[in-house]
Amino acid sequence: MDYQVAWYLIVGILLIGYAILDGFDLGVGILHLFSKTDHDRRIFLNSIGPVWDGNEVWLITAGGALFAAFPDVYATAFSGFYLPFQILLVALIFRAVALEFRSKEKMKWWRNTWDRAFATASIIASLLFGIAIGNIVIGMEIGADKEYAGTFFNHLNGYSLLTGLFTVSLFMLHGAVYLMRKTEGNLQEQVRKWTFRAFWIFIVFYFVVTAYTLFLKPQMVANFSFGMVQGDFDKHPLIIDNQYFISIVAWLVVILNFLAILNIHRNVVKKKELPAFISSSLSIAALISLFALGIFPNLMISSIDPAFSLDIYNASSSLKTLKIMFFVALVGVPFVLSYTIAIYWVFRGKTTLGENSY
Amino acid sequence: MSLDVEILARFQFALTIMFHYIFPPFSIGTGLLLVIMESLYVKTKNPVYEKMTRFWIKIFAANFSIGVATGIVMEFEFGTNWATYSRYVGDIFGSPLAAEGIFAFFLESGFLAILLFGWERVSPRVHLFATCMVALGSIMSGFWIVVANSWMQTPVAFHIVGEGLNARAEITDFWGMVFNPSSMIRFTHTIVGAFIQGSFLVISVSAYYLLKDKHYEIARRSMRISLIVAFVSSAFQPILGHIHAQEVAEYQPAKLAAFEGHYETQKQVPLYLFGGTDPETASTYGVKVPGMLSFLVGDDFDHEVKGLNEFPRDEWPNVSLIFQTYHAMVALGIYFIGITALGIILISLKKLATKKWLLKIFVISVIFPVLANQFGWISAEAGRQPWIVYGLLKTSDALSKSVSAEEVLISIIMFMIVYLLLFFVWIYILNKEIKHGPEEVDLDQETDYYHRKERLGFFTKRD
Repeated sequence: MDYQVAWYLIVGILLIGYAILDGFDLGVGILHLFSKTDHDRRIFLNSIGPVWDGNEVWLITAGGALFAAFPDVYATAFSGFYLPFQILLVALIFRAVALEFRSKEKMKWWRNTWDRAFATASIIASLLFGIAIGNIVIGMEIGADKEYAGTFFNHLNGYSLLTGLFTVSLFMLHGAVYLMRKTEGNLQEQVRKWTFRAFWIFIVFYFVVTAYTLFLKPQMVANFSFGMVQGDFDKHPLIIDNQYFISIVAWLVVILNFLAILNIHRNVVKKKELPAFISSSLSIAALISLFALGIFPNLMISSIDPAFSLDIYNASSSLKTLKIMFFVALVGVPFVLSYTIAIYWVFRGKTTLGENSY
Repeated sequence: MSLDVEILARFQFALTIMFHYIFPPFSIGTGLLLVIMESLYVKTKNPVYEKMTRFWIKIFAANFSIGVATGIVMEFEFGTNWATYSRYVGDIFGSPLAAEGIFAFFLESGFLAILLFGWERVSPRVHLFATCMVALGSIMSGFWIVVANSWMQTPVAFHIVGEGLNARAEITDFWGMVFNPSSMIRFTHTIVGAFIQGSFLVISVSAYYLLKDKHYEIARRSMRISLIVAFVSSAFQPILGHIHAQEVAEYQPAKLAAFEGHYETQKQVPLYLFGGTDPETASTYGVKVPGMLSFLVGDDFDHEVKGLNEFPRDEWPNVSLIFQTYHAMVALGIYFIGITALGIILISLKKLATKKWLLKIFVISVIFPVLANQFGWISAEAGRQPWIVYGLLKTSDALSKSVSAEEVLISIIMFMIVYLLLFFVWIYILNKEIKHGPEEVDLDQETDYYHRKERLGFFTKRD
């Protein structure tokens, strides 16, 4: 394994961390308007109050890691997704500010306005993440100069809109499961009902997206097809040399993913909140891992010519930078994990409202 | 309608960074004050300090959240608007940004949770530790981002690999990049500027309470702490500024020449206190100290200072702009020393609370460090033009090729609306928190400490 592969894994882990952690923040935001009373809405906001900021840092760090390790991907992706990305940034700003300022005034119009901003921003952000993933799967108009040659409207194709909605349903379910763990009494009963609805919405999208992906891009499974499916790009030597091992592991992940999804339902029925949350987190990790394995060793696929795709070699930094930053990551990650765990430990248990609450 | 992507992209960067930079200096400066206040609380157990810390944390939180929200935009704007720049220098420039995420942002955001919501969940000592970590995180964040920016000012430790479209800069020495010739002095200068801005906020609000005769105990203690921090920081700043100017003279001579509107290379170059300059006629006028620039740059009145005429006309920055911003920054810096020194003298004479005119000046003075920090950055950044990486890459060559002027314009309009809204919400909330004030302190509870503090106190008693 070389440093390029290691960085592919690190960026992937950062994105999985982001999707699991900020995923439930966004999910809480998506569900926010379904709760009707001010007290319930404040419980929702405060359930993510102490942690959302730290969760968002996973995205910022993933962006920094992408910049340092794969500058061409950083450049092509963000200039290529220009307007969607600017809208995403505005959505993230609104979410942050709505959380901070929503409960500072008692006026009904004030709180309602920020509540709507919070929910809308969460929906838009989730939708745009999904749209970006969808476009990467089906490929984007990337030219020989590594620049995106398409337009804003190319991003809004049927497939990517579908993956966008799928992501909204995924985070909605994840957020609902998280909320069950942070609420109690009647509110928890209500959230539990939503969880079931969110679950079935998610299941529908899960099957439609899976089927549509296999129909549009069967090459997504080429890397773990026991060598039976040819990709539209050359397979990485790591894949060729270990194709049985990787294929077996990948299909185990597929099966485990499916079981984890069923396990969410089982645990919600049995009112076991922590196992449900763990299952939901594992499902997200599995989905992103399969996506990453599907496009490996590419980071962005060109729909013009596979040779123009940005992969871990033609888009990476110099070996020296990759090595240095690898050790920076080795030093930094234990700290990050230890205080992330410490913070979640300090704020464990049901959410209650106090004088410092939002 | 033809729109120039370069002008628009630069305008967007200026807009988003200047708006963002209102907030981090407040967070960094008040962060330091929170550490001092809470340490006093943990050491003395005096509930006044606890109430004080809790109150300033609320003010801190309002700044911090807008700082974070507007900061995300900056993290990605290199990719969205400056893709060619990102490709060209990503091998070097990406590392400090990634390091900022790993070492600074996680630290800040993690412990911020305890700072804001942890009062009832952890012991006072652990809470103080969290406060220290948030302050440290915000300073470290400043460190990495100033390192990245300083590399653009004084690029070292790299070599160019490839040719034509595929050419890019690759790193040769990581620590050489981190400790590039300007990074440490610019970091110190920036952080001290942030300490001044943060303490002037506390000075302003405390002066307001003293004028209104409200929250007296908290106001007088906050005033004393923040005035000392502001005075020490302001007094240090000219020394740092001087060292910084010497570094600029060595590595970015065109920028230094533009600061002073200095055109012909010569000895005994004057230093302007204020005035103006016209690059068309290469003339500078105003009140000047003869030979002072030569002395400051070379420790010798006869030192020869390079003038702008040494450089091709198309490599000049906007001379009149940075002449004015630079001089405004320096003038404000002198004002900070004067006004904080006066405040401290009056405190030691126990006369501050009766000098209403000075308190009124303190109340409005909070905007001046904000302006000084903005002016300083305009001088530094506009002074680097037309280079995005000094001497290496021109700003006009650094844009995103796939982004059209219309797209940039749309996003500028979007950000203008959002930021205008945010600005008013921020002012509104800050105003509300300040009007509400800290929870009242029960004076009976703190009798034991009160006398000791009185002996140490610089303040006049209320009459």
